[in-house]
Amino acid sequence: MTAPRLTPSRQAFATILAKDLRSELRTLQSLPAMALFAVTTFVIFRFGLDRTQLSGSLAAGVLWATLLFAALLGVNRLFVAEREEGGFDAIRLAPIDRSVLFAAKATALLAYLAVLELVVVPIFALFFLGSAAALGPLVAVLLLADLGIAATGTLISSMAVHSRARDLLGPLVLLPLIVPLMIAATGASEPLLAAGGPGYHRFGTWLAVLSLYDLIFLLLGYAVFDFLLED
Amino acid sequence: MYGKGLKPLSIATVVAIAAAFSLVFFYAPLDADQGFIQKIFYLHVPLAIVALIGFVIGGVFAIFHLRSNDRRWDAWSYVSIHMSVIFGVAVLITGSIWAKASWGHWWIWDEPTLVSFLIVFLMYATYYPFRYAIEDPGQQARYASVFAIVAGAFVPLNFMAVRLAQGLEHPRVFASANGGLPDSMLFTFLVCLAAVALLWLTLVKLELTAKSTSGQLKRLRRALDAPPSGSGRPRIAPEVS
Repeated sequence: MTAPRLTPSRQAFATILAKDLRSELRTLQSLPAMALFAVTTFVIFRFGLDRTQLSGSLAAGVLWATLLFAALLGVNRLFVAEREEGGFDAIRLAPIDRSVLFAAKATALLAYLAVLELVVVPIFALFFLGSAAALGPLVAVLLLADLGIAATGTLISSMAVHSRARDLLGPLVLLPLIVPLMIAATGASEPLLAAGGPGYHRFGTWLAVLSLYDLIFLLLGYAVFDFLLED
Repeated sequence: MYGKGLKPLSIATVVAIAAAFSLVFFYAPLDADQGFIQKIFYLHVPLAIVALIGFVIGGVFAIFHLRSNDRRWDAWSYVSIHMSVIFGVAVLITGSIWAKASWGHWWIWDEPTLVSFLIVFLMYATYYPFRYAIEDPGQQARYASVFAIVAGAFVPLNFMAVRLAQGLEHPRVFASANGGLPDSMLFTFLVCLAAVALLWLTLVKLELTAKSTSGQLKRLRRALDAPPSGSGRPRIAPEVS
């Protein structure tokens, strides 16, 4: 009898990620809803604030609040298939390192967020901004913030999905956890979206805060994820 | 077994609190700028420090729980966080009183320490619905530990982010005036800090003792085949053996 062998992590990661992306492409459960939600929220802000043009802190606030709430929709659905179709049992039985599931799910969420922003941020610029000059440097902020949302979102979602009232619990716990990320993201975006063209006041500091947040929660998620799959 | 040492600890706490309050009212000088209201600082700041350290300690106990799989650590973690949340309510109230007295408003959004503490408090307030929503006791303990660890790491990070976001400084009583805090004030403050820390510890031990006693009682009742009292209600708090 040979010793039990682990499937190489890279292979397991690629398989789970491909499974997730394929099932999303086939069912389109999360992404269209997220995008539609975001665009509708822009319309609501247009009337809620009674503004047709946004700049500075108001623009940053509308953009990030909308992206965050749209992201929550994706976060809520992230593990639903695993829970309902017995995916968790399959992962537990599979000869793989369990942290791979965290990495693959966070990457899938990161991909959803990237696609969401690819669609929604240009629409935001079209609706509210005079020029598209800020969009270039905004990509860096978006990427770093997405990484943080993906890390915390995956972690919280994997716990919330096992609870009663999971749709409620995920956002409830995730929102306060994401506040520092929002502070940094809006802090970096505010001068970028200023009326007189993009500025870079404390841009580097905020990117550093975002990177630190990402690093801490990616490492934490990786470290504790094993315990969430025990049964 | 949790009751061991509770009596001397309680006596020490009472003595420390009595000493702290006498020092606050009869020994520490009146603040030149703020007058009498500044004395709430001797209560507010130690409460805040102890609550925040209590949150982080809750995270450390959670690490012990995950490493050893010993449910007693989960109880320690739960009670630490529980006490710190209660202390947190007191921090927010005393802080608001101080803010009203020295800045004229109950709540100041430009104030990083106030806002950071509120965010941390809101984060830990979700600990209860979180525990409550997970039914399996083993899973509940594990998930609560993960929550406690994540939130424990979140505390310093959050303080940093909020501080960076705002300008106006918290009244740094230590650093105010040139030359800092007079020795008499510093001494009073340190006694207050020790008293509040002892209070926290006593309450944590008391809560654990109460939980373990009611757990034992329940087991005895079950052994006698009597219907357990207060049953049928789902429990958030971990049971202690």
